Amino acid sequence: MGLEEKLPDGVLLASVEKLVNWTRKSSLWPATFGLACCAIEMMTFGAPRYDSARFGMEVFRPSPRQADLMIVAGRVSQKMAPVLRQIYDQMAEPRWVLAMGVCASSGGMFNNYAIVQGVDHVVPVDMYLPGCPPRPEMLIDAVLKLHHKIMNEPLGPKRAKRLADQKVELVPSSQRFAR
Amino acid sequence: MNDIYSPSRETTEGRVYTVTGGDWDTTFGGGDPIDEERIVLNMGPQHPSTHGVLRLVIELEGETVTDCRPVIGYLHTGIEKNTEFRTWTQAVTFLTRADYVAPLFNEAAYCLGVERLLGVELPERAQLIRVMLMEINRVASHWVWLATGGLEIGALTAMTNGFRARERCLDVLELITGLRMNHAFIRPGGVAQDLPDGTEAKVRDWLVETRKELVGVEKLLRGQPIWVNRLKDVGWLGVEGCLALGVTGPLLRAAGLPWDLRKTIPYLGYETFDFEVPTDDRGDCWARFVVRVAEMHESLKIVEQVLDRLAPGPTMIDDPKIAWPAKLSLGPDGLGNSLEHVQKIMAGSMEALIHHFKLVTEGFRVPPGQVHQAVEAPRGELGCHIVSDGGTRPFRIHLREPSFINLQATSALAIGGLIADVIASVASIDPVMGGCDR
Amino acid sequence: MTGPAGETPASATEQPAADIERVTPVAGSTVDSPFGVEGRGMFGVSDSGDTTGFGGLIREPWSAPAATRPFGGYFDEIVDALAAAYPEFDAAVTKIVVDRDELTLYVTKEHIRSVARTMRDDPALRFELLANLSGVDYIGSVNRFHVVYNLTSMTYRRQVRLETSASLDDPHVPSVTGVYPGADWQERETYDMFGVIFDGHPALTRILMPDDWDGYPQRKDYPLGGIPVQYKGATIPPPDERRAYR
Repeated sequence: MGLEEKLPDGVLLASVEKLVNWTRKSSLWPATFGLACCAIEMMTFGAPRYDSARFGMEVFRPSPRQADLMIVAGRVSQKMAPVLRQIYDQMAEPRWVLAMGVCASSGGMFNNYAIVQGVDHVVPVDMYLPGCPPRPEMLIDAVLKLHHKIMNEPLGPKRAKRLADQKVELVPSSQRFAR
Repeated sequence: MNDIYSPSRETTEGRVYTVTGGDWDTTFGGGDPIDEERIVLNMGPQHPSTHGVLRLVIELEGETVTDCRPVIGYLHTGIEKNTEFRTWTQAVTFLTRADYVAPLFNEAAYCLGVERLLGVELPERAQLIRVMLMEINRVASHWVWLATGGLEIGALTAMTNGFRARERCLDVLELITGLRMNHAFIRPGGVAQDLPDGTEAKVRDWLVETRKELVGVEKLLRGQPIWVNRLKDVGWLGVEGCLALGVTGPLLRAAGLPWDLRKTIPYLGYETFDFEVPTDDRGDCWARFVVRVAEMHESLKIVEQVLDRLAPGPTMIDDPKIAWPAKLSLGPDGLGNSLEHVQKIMAGSMEALIHHFKLVTEGFRVPPGQVHQAVEAPRGELGCHIVSDGGTRPFRIHLREPSFINLQATSALAIGGLIADVIASVASIDPVMGGCDR
Repeated sequence: MTGPAGETPASATEQPAADIERVTPVAGSTVDSPFGVEGRGMFGVSDSGDTTGFGGLIREPWSAPAATRPFGGYFDEIVDALAAAYPEFDAAVTKIVVDRDELTLYVTKEHIRSVARTMRDDPALRFELLANLSGVDYIGSVNRFHVVYNLTSMTYRRQVRLETSASLDDPHVPSVTGVYPGADWQERETYDMFGVIFDGHPALTRILMPDDWDGYPQRKDYPLGGIPVQYKGATIPPPDERRAYR
């Protein structure tokens, strides 16, 4: 995947990995994908009281090419699902998806013909956030857990293989990434 | 020349070129066809400025809009069909998520319709609480309009101020209903709970703070030349156009007609409150801004009058076959049925237990018939057409959402203007796509 | 099986356009109301093996009773003004219902456009605003698809409802967009959700569902379309397949 493949293994690569992951999580720009009620709570997350600028996330990039994180905020209808996939495809890697709210995570209270029962039918999701709508504090919590997850991401396939050999305790990610 | 074999001739559609082979520059002697090129621009459902998942297909000539077609349906949730499989009380939780910026209005329109079908009269305190909640929600919704409208036009400070002010409204709503949004608090028969202690003090503080915030808005925006130039003479729609399209709400009042359902066809005792219906006669986006800010002031007046009038009393009707039985309260083990209620149903009255059980599982029955109840939502006339078949579930609920109707005016507002004015026009319509698509 | 009121099914020749109480029960079924509700039993049990007693519940079929004069309030003025202004009043208006302080006029679909125009233009009526246009699916009735027009008169501050209907075999209703341009999207929505085709509509296409969707979702015989939800050790069926009180 580039330069990190050629770096020598060991302490240097681990430090580079931590550095790269730190830069990625510190300015995780969200793509505007606000759909419904959760979008309003996402906007208040960017608003003064629950400031997202302290996490480096106040710039909600409308263009998916410039965005790192797609917060799918709200219910995804059948008509919107292809649009969602297209926006996700247009995002440049590294990219993450946060399914905000129960409608994005699983279809929510709308178990019917019109709503996709969870955006993981359409895009791969890194963090699920329940709530209807989740309070901005819950969104901050999800974002911080996502930050922790990003910090622990391997830098390339060689590194991923090495980390896979290490023993990882099986705890739910909500506990593993909770601090 | 009228000879149809000539290389070019003028027709009603413009200049028509007859091409029979040969070089292009000999064919188009004279006018440059590129000048007449039209661009079709898709402001897709994912866009920072289309106020939600609204898709606009715009035909442009340069910067001027020659055609604008809104495409909706990207947030269709099937709320109306979902309510047909829930009891009358559970349907509130679905309907409240239609227009999610002003959820209490959806609930109120629906519950007023159900109470008309039931033929019951609400206690005074329940009506006053409903009025107060709706007016606080109206202010919060107008703050969202100001914030998102400002964001779309580029006034980012309007956004930060608007959301900060909205947070104060949500604090009040959270104290009373328990949730910041999508409250499901107004239920058929009354409201879910009584006002907690400290509500009056909190609301009075909120009134003072909101008035200060509104003064700030005046200072920030009203004289600001960029704001004024972006909104004045932009997106005009006169009274005839509004009436033809069925447009109601601030757009109609900004065109000059003082049609406000709270005054003209009152409900919930609005005729007993003293407030004005602000209108303006310019009919453009600036007039809608002025009208909405003035409406916020009027809503504050109504909330004050409600506070002065509140007297202790029941918040649910007295009928044990309809009134929602549970009295939630915060106990040592969390939020749940209050201890007195549990004692009453377990140790006191067997009928109360049966009623509680039947009401929560089966729900009450509404005599068959149909009714149409309209309330004045922040966006316009919000109507609820309810058909009952006599059972425990709604047979058909249709929400007449002002956003759905008002968005038909997008073409009328946008065509002929510049493309930047399309954004301002759509922002001034203030559509909420959840209500539009349901 | 008919209910105690003894509703007789409509014969094939006489089919009043706007009546909702003409029911054709499927042979052997217990459906005898325009709402498509079974008249007997609760939970759908009514045969032997039901020891709850709920199977014996009999529900009277209901349809709105035709109102008699005087209607009360301003309703008489509206009906008189319409009768005076519209020459074919008796052919057009098949039933008048006054219920819950609301006046409903059942209009045949051939006349709905001209009646709407008269309601809008006549000086004594002046119903300028089409407040709501919605569809209702009375699945137990022959004329299944009802289109409901709620009109508001801003001049006189009155409200009235016009209701017309169409059957599954001929789901065409004349469009009122020529009278109320605001009906444009509302008729598209009714077409999208119920399959009612509005003749004369400038651009009748789907508006809420994707353009290539099959079926009309808000019809009563269209399933809710949910999926079963899995919990630990249990699977809950979607809401329309659960056992339900009726």
